[in-house]
Amino acid sequence: MAVKNIRSRTVALPATNVDTDQIIPARFLTATSKSGFGKHLFADWRYDAAGNPKPDFVLNRPETKGAAILVAGRNIGCGSSREHAPWALQDFGFQAVVSTEFADIFRTNCLKNGLLPVVVDEQTHAWLLANPGVEISIDVEATTLTLPDGTQVKFPLEGFARYCLLNGIDELGFLLSQNAAITVYEQSHR
Amino acid sequence: MFEKVWDDHVVVPETADTPAVLFIDLHLTHEVTTPQAYTELRTRGLRLRRPDLTLATMDHSTPTRTEQVFGGVPIAVDSAARQVQQLEINAREFGVELFNLQDSRRGIVHIIGPELGITQPGKTIVCGDSHTSTHGAFGALAFGIGTTEVGHVLATQCLLQRRPKTFAINVTNALPKGVTAKDLILAIIGKIGVSGGTGYVLEYRGPVIERMSMDERMTICNMSIEAGARAGMIAPDATTFEYLAATPRAPKGAEWEAAVARWSKLPTEDGAAFDRSIDIDASTLVPMVTYGTHPGMVAPITGSVPAQGDAVFEKALKYMGLTAGEPIVNVPVNNVFVGSCTNGRLSDLRNAARVLRGHKLADGVKMLVVPGSQAVKAAAEAEGLHKVFLDAGAEWRESGCSMCLGMNGDLVPTGHYSISTSNRNFEGRQGVGARTLLASPETAAASAIRGRVTDPREFN
Repeated sequence: MAVKNIRSRTVALPATNVDTDQIIPARFLTATSKSGFGKHLFADWRYDAAGNPKPDFVLNRPETKGAAILVAGRNIGCGSSREHAPWALQDFGFQAVVSTEFADIFRTNCLKNGLLPVVVDEQTHAWLLANPGVEISIDVEATTLTLPDGTQVKFPLEGFARYCLLNGIDELGFLLSQNAAITVYEQSHR
Repeated sequence: MFEKVWDDHVVVPETADTPAVLFIDLHLTHEVTTPQAYTELRTRGLRLRRPDLTLATMDHSTPTRTEQVFGGVPIAVDSAARQVQQLEINAREFGVELFNLQDSRRGIVHIIGPELGITQPGKTIVCGDSHTSTHGAFGALAFGIGTTEVGHVLATQCLLQRRPKTFAINVTNALPKGVTAKDLILAIIGKIGVSGGTGYVLEYRGPVIERMSMDERMTICNMSIEAGARAGMIAPDATTFEYLAATPRAPKGAEWEAAVARWSKLPTEDGAAFDRSIDIDASTLVPMVTYGTHPGMVAPITGSVPAQGDAVFEKALKYMGLTAGEPIVNVPVNNVFVGSCTNGRLSDLRNAARVLRGHKLADGVKMLVVPGSQAVKAAAEAEGLHKVFLDAGAEWRESGCSMCLGMNGDLVPTGHYSISTSNRNFEGRQGVGARTLLASPETAAASAIRGRVTDPREFN
């Protein structure tokens, strides 16, 4: 599915180094499909031992309901390679994650699922964390994030990933189209 | 070294518009991160391109209790049982060699690759698991991938990759007696930080690394991901070749000679440039223990929890139930775990047993010893290590990821302190509310005896 423009209110989760075990704890990884992980997103931060929502956790607050952009602290998604993390974020309703730095595998996993990782400068990040709930827009084509006052902030996005997002192109299709080159490589590396 | 391995696997070079198509020599798979990838293959009517380069094991969600593995007692976690069955179905349908639950070759995916000798210098190795970096100890380029990429490799044996940068970690002088590879890698992560390696392939170099055994090198490379690195590598040498020569699936005869000649050309030339480098003086190190909720929050065992920090530090201490400035050896221990892909090899069990021999667990301490593979288990039993653990009051289990991550029934109770030889001390990693202290097998064993964090050098 193509990802072009995202316009939404933000949710701020300022903690740094939020690892994928927090995003989706390991006990939920025994599922064999990609769907339904949203209800377990941040499970140990969201629910108490009895399974009741903790009212002070940001995703349980009524004003964050429906927000599709998560502003996260530095080095979001470190640790385990589990793709269940972006699946859970997406299933919950997030379309983009904004931070100053993404863990490598998490960033790749986000892109493969059309969950947009947006790297912004410290100043923009600090402002977004200090002003949660503002409405911002993200333009994939222009690779810009627009703040409520109209300020546009460029963000880096690898060219091929951008092309795939904009056109809804799936990378496996591209890899399969390289079949002839792969066969040549295999034959020369026996 | 990284560049040589990378260049040798480029099927289609990267351009400004497209990443490189990189060929993968070995795809290790397990039950947790593959089911959705096989579903994708089925949906698209695709076949597995190279079953000969693919191996499956079960380790993450599998039980470690002997009766559930061999005794006919059902796997306690229902969804885990279904996941294990799904892997059996997928392996059969797509023609993948699978070490099932009762196979004597089964074990943690990063333990069995080296054990079999299919982890080799110069290979590209991937797995849907971040600790794939372990295999870099052999001079392979090995890294963790997500499930979508698992599907890419199943279908095409290739990945789309941008070339990472290189980062030399030069470890100089010598480790003092009683200071281990685990202490060194914890110190390195403490120094460069949990995102200090992001975007880089680390190369561990220098006399300390050159003197290390393969088991120690694997412990080092295993935790590269905890510094955020794409991979960690160590140059292959005589130690590497000696290890591989004794494995069942390494090349034999004339092929072996040719392979060693090829592998011997892999090490980085003297004077080669790295994008970044740091020096670590090993002689200054002592045993290390984590006090917080990520592996970079680490302190010398002779030291204290730092006196102050930021909001994240405060939150971590609250979770851990620790006070700023308190001595590390004051921290109580309720639970001890020896195992995992970081420290679940034979030498790790020997090191823990050496400290524990003739001692009992402190009152109230529970200890779980879980070999990294069934082969490690058999070898440990052949030399009587299991008796040392059992005599001390510990439990001796079948192989698996076990208490490293709470998804197979092996859990640390809420609020308990767990000294663990694994790789992650994240909140809830070993169970909801569990408080994990990462350390070496020696430190874990010494702490089991005293019931608080204990410097293993007291038992030398």
